[in-house]
Amino acid sequence: MTRLLVVDFGEPGAVLEFARRARKAHYEVIDIYSPFPVEGAGEFVGGGPTALRVHMFIGGVAVAALAYGVEAWSATSNYPIISGGRPLDSWPAFMPFPFTVGIFGAALTGFISLLIQTGLPRLHHPIFAHEGFERTTQDRFLLALKPPAAMTQAEAKKRLEDMGASNIRDME
Amino acid sequence: MNDTPRSIASQDERWVLPQGRSYETITDLVSAPLLERQRWSWRAWRIAFVASLLLTGLMLVSASWLLAQGIGVWGVNTTVVWGFAIANYVWWIGIGNAGTLISAMLLLMRQHWRASINRFAEAMTLFAAGIAGLFPILHLGRPLYFYWLTPYPNTMALWPQWRSALIWDFWAILSYILFSILFWYVGLIPDFACLRDRARSEKSRSRFGALALGWRGSARQWRLYHIYHMTMACLGVPLVVSLHSVVGLDFAASLMPGWSETIFPPYFVVGAMYSGFAMVVVLAAAVRWGFRLQAIITIDHFDVMAKIMLAASMIMSASYLTEWFAAWYGGDPNERSLVRFEFLGDYRVLYYLMLFCNCVVAQAFWARAARRSILAVVIVAILINIGMWLERITIVWNTLSHDYAASMWRVFHPTFWDYSLMFGSLGLFALLYLTLCRMAPIVSIHETRHLLSLEKQT
Repeated sequence: MTRLLVVDFGEPGAVLEFARRARKAHYEVIDIYSPFPVEGAGEFVGGGPTALRVHMFIGGVAVAALAYGVEAWSATSNYPIISGGRPLDSWPAFMPFPFTVGIFGAALTGFISLLIQTGLPRLHHPIFAHEGFERTTQDRFLLALKPPAAMTQAEAKKRLEDMGASNIRDME
Repeated sequence: MNDTPRSIASQDERWVLPQGRSYETITDLVSAPLLERQRWSWRAWRIAFVASLLLTGLMLVSASWLLAQGIGVWGVNTTVVWGFAIANYVWWIGIGNAGTLISAMLLLMRQHWRASINRFAEAMTLFAAGIAGLFPILHLGRPLYFYWLTPYPNTMALWPQWRSALIWDFWAILSYILFSILFWYVGLIPDFACLRDRARSEKSRSRFGALALGWRGSARQWRLYHIYHMTMACLGVPLVVSLHSVVGLDFAASLMPGWSETIFPPYFVVGAMYSGFAMVVVLAAAVRWGFRLQAIITIDHFDVMAKIMLAASMIMSASYLTEWFAAWYGGDPNERSLVRFEFLGDYRVLYYLMLFCNCVVAQAFWARAARRSILAVVIVAILINIGMWLERITIVWNTLSHDYAASMWRVFHPTFWDYSLMFGSLGLFALLYLTLCRMAPIVSIHETRHLLSLEKQT
């Protein structure tokens, strides 16, 4: 079982600065929990490209294509009506429907992708058991660190204290 | 030389006032009405709730009477077929537009002050767009067949007429409402998590816990949340613009004098933003007073919203001028005759009142004192809303009362049932809003905290 050390801070700047120093001291930054997005946290938890926007694009285009397909097929082959001498496939007049539902399609795909990638809904997680976690949705910033393999838990804790951290707790 | 940096600007120029300057106070200010109800006197809320319940009852009665008797109970006649219903629809959808427009556009423009107002503007959107959607259905004459607008395999082997503006409308509103629900709900997830963690009773903990979906606020989740939120904002702006443009096309795609104008789609979008901002101001004043949020919704917010209304007022005035100019310059006798009818015809009083409310009143905002008086801003905002309602009324009535064939000219006289449905819909809106106030945070807690953190850095 991995044992983690959790340090808490009162400001976003402090947590980032400490995370950088801890990383230099060979701790592994596992995650940062915060009451609002901390700019710059991406460098610790993988700030690379995400597929979310690609999913949204694909979802949006697929729904829009389906909508246009229904229009074109029903108006040209399933039940063609000549109305005011306009062409059967009046594409400019057919645009609003695919456009609006396509945007909703992108939003919905994005929402599903967001849930899958963030692992939600998940009503329980080990971090919830951590004492003081409830403050991270309010006003505290938690930094979860994995100590270097060479150190014992006590040493690792002592080292963090020397680096100026207070309020260090173990988490399994 | 004035080299005073922003950092030592006086406290009252900040978005979050000193009494709200810690993460905990912000959280407490917004969550207390939801979690510690006994700390609050709900008297004003109860009075408003009963009043809106009565109005909603009136709406139910008038809608039932309408369904039982048909649209003949309204003042509509063979000439003015749209009457109140479509004007109310456009008015409500305009207000419904503004929430997402404000929220998404200000997000993309990195206007961080939006944190204090975006949440209740988004909620306003949901309810206003939902109510707007009721009017065309009630106006159908045979409302039970409204689902014929959807494409589904049926025994008649028929499909919707895709070239019809009515179909565009249906999909635009439907997509917009669903989109707005997602945008609003995703923004609420971190706040529900906050309420879950603050709740003391088991009941509210499980309720908010379920709504929060297990949100942990980890860096990875925040990052994805942020990307999704920004992308939604990028999609939201064109969706909103297309929605009200489609509403404008309901008119512009016709061949009627005064409607068949290429300016209609953008002119409707600006009108929507105008009336929507005015409604947001009214709600902001109410929420600020009702929930004692003076520290979070500051005078500066009213000031900046007043400036936006002033700008929108100028664009509206320019649109009216363009309409008159185009009618004169185009030289079409019917168009010219319509403009004459607007100024001199049966509805001239409404038209002058509309011009006064939409073009003149907002000019008060050139004065800093007017922008910084909440009472003045609210009064102007209410007048703007009345003006925008009159605008939709005069667009519908003038054209229909004065089209090509003089033998068909008729005047619209609203009946009791026209008024009762309209005021009833205001009651329904208030009822939904008051209910929401007790179920979800009315201001975005995490975004306001973020705003505070940005202010602390400067």
